[in-house]
Amino acid sequence: MYTQAMDTMAREAGDAKKPLRSAEDLANEERFEARIDAGDFIEAKDWMPEHYRKTLVRQISQHAHSEVVGMLPEGNWISRAPTLKRKAILLAKVQDEAGHGLYLYAAAETLGVSRDQLVEALHSGKAKYSSIFNYPTLTWADMGVIGWFVDGAAIMNQVPLCRCSYAPYARAMVRICREESFHQRQGFESLLTLMTKGTDAQKAMVQDAVNRWWWPSLMMFGPPDADSPNSEQSMRWGIKRISNDALRQKYLDATVEQAKVLGVTLPDPELRWNEERQSHDFGAIDWTEFWAVVNGDGPCNRERLAARVKAWEDGAWVRDAALAYSRKRDALKEAA
Amino acid sequence: MSPVVTPGTLPGPPAEPIDRTAKSTEWPLWEVFVRSKAGLDHKHCGSLHAADPRMAIQLARDVYTRRQEGTSIWVVRSDQIVASDPGEKGSYFDPMADKVYRHPTFYELPKSVDHM
Repeated sequence: MYTQAMDTMAREAGDAKKPLRSAEDLANEERFEARIDAGDFIEAKDWMPEHYRKTLVRQISQHAHSEVVGMLPEGNWISRAPTLKRKAILLAKVQDEAGHGLYLYAAAETLGVSRDQLVEALHSGKAKYSSIFNYPTLTWADMGVIGWFVDGAAIMNQVPLCRCSYAPYARAMVRICREESFHQRQGFESLLTLMTKGTDAQKAMVQDAVNRWWWPSLMMFGPPDADSPNSEQSMRWGIKRISNDALRQKYLDATVEQAKVLGVTLPDPELRWNEERQSHDFGAIDWTEFWAVVNGDGPCNRERLAARVKAWEDGAWVRDAALAYSRKRDALKEAA
Repeated sequence: MSPVVTPGTLPGPPAEPIDRTAKSTEWPLWEVFVRSKAGLDHKHCGSLHAADPRMAIQLARDVYTRRQEGTSIWVVRSDQIVASDPGEKGSYFDPMADKVYRHPTFYELPKSVDHM
């Protein structure tokens, strides 16, 4: 979900030639594979294959960027929350997303990239973030639906990552998962309030938000397994634990039941229970839309990136001033 | 002698070079340790960038104790941490493996006094 990077990587990588490896590298690789097979955690300073490191930098940084860009659609509604209670909740949630971004940037930095490099990759468009945040938040019901759908999908995707073979990432995910459940529950509760105590117009607003977010939420799990050629290696390395399609199905089955409690319909005429599979069948996902959004042509891609770049540039003087002040104080201390 | 890693170096495959020159405007990295409640150790819980010690403490509070996870915070500049060399892990720690007599279970005592 927040980690679609591995799937988009394959498209970009093409058929890069494998460099020749020395005998030492081969021995290191063998030891590394043996550790993975034994279920060992890999720590930051352990030897690791270059491709493992690169895959992780991409995945973790995309995950971090998603958390940070993910603050924008919700930030849009902080000043317009209907009550003080909802405003406090939304503020806390958005603050959590900032924290999650930070845990993840820190995990990525253990792999030898700097924060500035990561931020630069986002701002130049070289790094991606989850496709879901390129959709607009048009009504207050979108806040509830994002919590229910988007954070729900995030949890589905992130829980297995707590067992990722790369320990700093796994530790960050444990912390994040602990905080994420509040996000989904507050969203569902907010929608439940609208559906049980709201006016007809408010109920219609919830249904409209569900209709708009349902398909993009299913896309968050990434392309079908057949079109996700990098997955096999990532599974083998314990970076990814469950396939895109398996997670999507699990998420869908759970959400269908929740929709019944809420009293909304999911916008898919082909959605029905399959007794044989003990799962729901569902309609075809529009992957053309998914790739268009990933490649920059979603409804809000330009707006989101522009907002991030502006925030970074407007904050430059603060970062510079703080650093200059700290260096001045160090110099004074040394002189004394 | 302890095999020591020079602070800030990363063994293993080289990363893209990190710009650590004087003109770098990146705030330094700090490691954060939180004591969750009185009586327990401070435990490493993550890292963050901050311009100075005071800011590091402030940010650590905002980032790592939003749900009352702590009663005390330590921060230390990451480049000040000296660590044992992960590459020497085997030869450095294995010598302890054959010193079973350092464990209480090594000593077999009669049942009547075995709770000792």
